[in-house]
Amino acid sequence: MRFRLPRGDTILKIVLVAAAVFIIAIVVGLAIELYLGSAQSIRTFGFSFLAGTKWLPTQNVLSALPFIYGTLLTSAIAIVIGFPISLGVAVFISEKLKSHQNFGYALGTVVDLLAAVPSVIYGLWGVFVLIPILRDYVEVPLHKSLGFIPLFSGNPFGYDFFTAGVILAIMIIPTMSAVTRDVLSVVPNSQREAMYSLGATDWEVTQKSVLPYARSGIFGAFVLGLGRAFGETMAVTMVIGNIPNITTNLFSAGATLSSLIANEFGESSGVYQSAVIEIGLILFFVALLVNFLARFLLWRMTRGTRVKN
Amino acid sequence: MKNSTLPTGISLWRKILNKLMTVLIIVTVVLAVIPLLLILGDVFIRGAPAISIGFLTKLPTAPNVPGGGIANAIVGSFTMVGIASLISVPIGVGAGIYFSEWSSSKLSTVSGFMNDVLTGFPSIVLGLFVFVVIVLTTKQFSAFAAGVALSLVMLPIIARTTSESLKLVPTTLREASLALGIPRWKTVLRIVINTGKNGLLTGILLAVARATGETAPILLTASTSVYFAKSIFQPTASLTVLIYNYGTSASRIWQTQAWGAALVLILIMLGLNLLVKFTVGRHLSGSRVET
Repeated sequence: MRFRLPRGDTILKIVLVAAAVFIIAIVVGLAIELYLGSAQSIRTFGFSFLAGTKWLPTQNVLSALPFIYGTLLTSAIAIVIGFPISLGVAVFISEKLKSHQNFGYALGTVVDLLAAVPSVIYGLWGVFVLIPILRDYVEVPLHKSLGFIPLFSGNPFGYDFFTAGVILAIMIIPTMSAVTRDVLSVVPNSQREAMYSLGATDWEVTQKSVLPYARSGIFGAFVLGLGRAFGETMAVTMVIGNIPNITTNLFSAGATLSSLIANEFGESSGVYQSAVIEIGLILFFVALLVNFLARFLLWRMTRGTRVKN
Repeated sequence: MKNSTLPTGISLWRKILNKLMTVLIIVTVVLAVIPLLLILGDVFIRGAPAISIGFLTKLPTAPNVPGGGIANAIVGSFTMVGIASLISVPIGVGAGIYFSEWSSSKLSTVSGFMNDVLTGFPSIVLGLFVFVVIVLTTKQFSAFAAGVALSLVMLPIIARTTSESLKLVPTTLREASLALGIPRWKTVLRIVINTGKNGLLTGILLAVARATGETAPILLTASTSVYFAKSIFQPTASLTVLIYNYGTSASRIWQTQAWGAALVLILIMLGLNLLVKFTVGRHLSGSRVET
């Protein structure tokens, strides 16, 4: 009996360590496999894969730039629309509803529900509901009144960068507002009381005392939202039109890194297939970078408050 | 509402700005909530007419032949998520226990960080990984490959929630058990897990819900099919890929069925969420007894 006890401990520890090592192995394996899969494309195109502007599989002219551009442009639209709204929702729940915690909790739950809706349902809704609304009530009026600006110069037909950006905004609002909410809730009350005692209005307290204190964490939420926008696939694929395009015109069809993978992974072979996998490798590194940054910012924010309390 | 308590010397501009910002903040809340109501409303209104017994029990028909169903897609989705759970639950729970019980070890820090990174990866990258490793080598789309891809989606969620809920178990409980001469493995498996098991279950259900709604990893690994799969090693239909294919098709009948399938999917996810709320409730009341 005395000898069986440590053996049980050893067995348990070996099993658990194996599970923990497995997680590291997955991330490392992902990088290695995607690199090996894209080796042929890296050899063929080298650095020009990131510099060229054309994606013509039939002529073996392949470059990632139109898709990097599409991902950046749609994410930028999503952030421009989604970030102020997320910030507003977070401030409303954590500052305005401080004395109505139940209502704040209920509202938070409703916004969180948006995050649970599957991406493909956003896409379905985008195709049948959002595209007609945006086209008829936003894009056409903008094009008619402000068409001289390059952003709105295209003839709108709905499947474009702009619609993809709006769908993305709706999808990242729950992520960004939930994290911002958490960050604002760790701002110490003494911070607010000091401002109120100086005679500040509600807005001045939020603007000059709460938001500056939480800025690192809010930036973390911003980056997390950006990460989600970068990687989102199905909803974007369904509404963006899927034509590689580098243009300032928001009302033009485009494609993103993820929409390209979803559309062309199966029809490809040889160097073409390898190029699609290299697109995945680019997305992998972008996601890695964005995640590192977001975790670091959020970690710094929470660590800072723990020290101060 | 605080204006009445403000000093009387306050300038008009500051009062106006304060009101203006309050209005603006309320506008953002309205803008955030409207899409949710519209999406849920549209799924129910457009999806309900498509739902019938036949819709749930029949196989799909050709694009413009009415009367087809989504039975194989429902079975396929459950098969894939089942395979994913078989893989991810033991590994995820194991890693979660390690993160919580050996939290000071270097491996725990590194693996925990990698786990967070894995959570943030776009699911299509995970799908592409399994596509390269399994689909390209076996030259076969399959429910098995989709299960592996979905397990990568579930794994970090399960590991994280497991470690979070086990960290809530009071240290005194572990010390009391060890002081009684109970070996560590028994303390962990019998006492720590037993105390934190509702939180653990919540995490698993959340991960299952997330996997059920995933599309991109399945599209890249299982493709789709119009029949019931005879084994897990052949192309298999799933609810989400069916919604994608039907929703982007030109067939009116398929488009309606996409909304019907979306409603079925939303109801499954709603059910899982209610189950989570139920277990969280029990979890909370359970921990209250302990303290």
